Amino acid sequence: MTTNISPRSDLLMFVLFAAAILTMPLWLAPIGAGYPDLLQKFAIFGLFALGFNLLFGLTGYLSFGHAAFLGIGSYAAVWSFKLLGMNPLPALLFSVVFSSLFAVAIGYVSLRRSGIYFSILTLAFAQMSYNLAYSVLTPITNGETGLRVLQSDPRLFDGASASSGPLISNLFGIEMTGYSGFYFCAVLLIIGFYISQRIFRSPFGMMLRAVKSNQNRMSYTGLNTRPYTLAAFVISGTFAGVAGSLLAVTDPLAGAERMQWTASGEVVLMTILGGAGTLLGPILGAGLIKYFENIFSAYNEQTLHAIFSFLPDFMEGPVVSVASLFVGEGWHLTLGLLFMVIVIFLPGGIMEGFNRISKMFRGKPSRRKGAGRSHAPASANAAE
Amino acid sequence: MEILSVKGVNKRFGGLKALNDVNLSIEQGNVHAIIGPNGAGKSTLLNCFVGRLIPDTGSVTFLGKDLIGAKPHEINQAGVSRVFQTPEIFGDLTLLENVMIPTLAKRDGAFTMNAWARVDGQAEIRDKAMHLLEDVGLAEKKDMTADSLSRGDKRRLELAMCLVQDPKLLLLDEPTAGMSRADTNNTIDLLKRIGERGITKIVIEHDMHVVFSLASKISVLAQGTVIAEGQPEDIKGDPRVQEAYLGGAHV
Repeated sequence: MTTNISPRSDLLMFVLFAAAILTMPLWLAPIGAGYPDLLQKFAIFGLFALGFNLLFGLTGYLSFGHAAFLGIGSYAAVWSFKLLGMNPLPALLFSVVFSSLFAVAIGYVSLRRSGIYFSILTLAFAQMSYNLAYSVLTPITNGETGLRVLQSDPRLFDGASASSGPLISNLFGIEMTGYSGFYFCAVLLIIGFYISQRIFRSPFGMMLRAVKSNQNRMSYTGLNTRPYTLAAFVISGTFAGVAGSLLAVTDPLAGAERMQWTASGEVVLMTILGGAGTLLGPILGAGLIKYFENIFSAYNEQTLHAIFSFLPDFMEGPVVSVASLFVGEGWHLTLGLLFMVIVIFLPGGIMEGFNRISKMFRGKPSRRKGAGRSHAPASANAAE
Repeated sequence: MEILSVKGVNKRFGGLKALNDVNLSIEQGNVHAIIGPNGAGKSTLLNCFVGRLIPDTGSVTFLGKDLIGAKPHEINQAGVSRVFQTPEIFGDLTLLENVMIPTLAKRDGAFTMNAWARVDGQAEIRDKAMHLLEDVGLAEKKDMTADSLSRGDKRRLELAMCLVQDPKLLLLDEPTAGMSRADTNNTIDLLKRIGERGITKIVIEHDMHVVFSLASKISVLAQGTVIAEGQPEDIKGDPRVQEAYLGGAHV
């Protein structure tokens, strides 16, 4: 259990994690994922899922509207670019402030209910935000065109240096695209991971797991559950806001579709796929989904023909036509299948798979035989 | 000294009058047993003490503080802990964590944003929790998840969770229900040892063996009303009590 993990092994884990993230361009290159755009996505959605997991993994409250904070973070960042200039630091600050304010408001109302009603409330808020951004609040969000930074914007700090090129966010002269953009996101992911690790090991984190386990006992133990869940909700929403602002930092525009329910659903998939309630799981899940999205959606009939060219002609045709359903536009089918396999065979996600493998090698009999519980975070934590 | 005073409490569930003008006075340091046949309103009464139910009329005062309408966590912070009929524990967490949470609640209050310190750095809290686990004989199982315990062990764990808070008043709702005779005797011994700490207790119990070995005062509840009150010896021989339990011969 978490209480048995020494500070030293936590430090080791953190250092290994940071090293792994920073060297991603090297070790992901062989599998075709070593290019900056995808690496940025890994880091950004890793952070998004990491924050989502602080709410869902620890307290068990399933928010189905977390994309709202992603969108709010993006809009706040773009407005910071428009008003203050292309430096990403004020943009981050802006999105932290706005996403946490929205999280307080949405959380305060939604957390009056738990279970499915909480999920529906958050979903309703996210869809309202989406529709507001899409139509009603056009002056602020620029509606369906999306919000962009224009040459004519005031940009208080760098508006004077009239550059005619495309407007790209830059951190004191370093342009936030390509690898430098990735490293900026990676640093924030690592900071986010550190915060998340602290919370996991803290008394506050233990209280959040108690919320998931038995709220009734918590109140009769003298603990007020509402502020605990609200704090988790706000932290989690702020993580999402920062992730949203990073989306804008690496590509300075914000659109309403970022808030749509499919985006909210995606982060749920990422977290469950990787292992809800574990530290690393959500980041793995985010990476896997973004990888599949990019790799499988890039496949087309020609590439499939090339792959299956070893088959005799009469087989190649049918095989390719079946396989083509699962790639390109249809990559969601592959994702769906993967998700089903994981949820059925590994309810604790990829992290549970790792734990089982490591137990097999150590030859230690499983201590918790009753691990048939869905999303068993307790057992998944054990090997972290 | 009176620690809990219950005056004129009424509670209706639709047409059913669950509590009818209940008056009780619990003295400090006493073990006060509330007995009565099924459906007499014992658990309803207890629920009125911890904020789970709000009585229709009447007052419940704990050390001068009005408990009516107070939130469960406020009542606990005031010094009232409760053991439930079906153990309410943190099933997904380890035994040690189960006991550390109430210890932290006692030290830090209803809400503290203690997100930067480490749980394993709280040596004082940990020692206190371990000490209580030893008291109830669960120290060796400290790293097991609470769900995997037997019913009797779960109850002992819940008792440890309540005791670690050093409550002023401990409410026990059938602490030995569903336990074997040996387990029951262990629990009685444990409760007697707790008695030496001077914690006031209210026990709801069916098992007369438990009641008469623990209680210093007994109130008998039947159909929502207190029909008899007194020392265990007096209650044993009281014809009204026998009638309430056995249904009487002349109905």
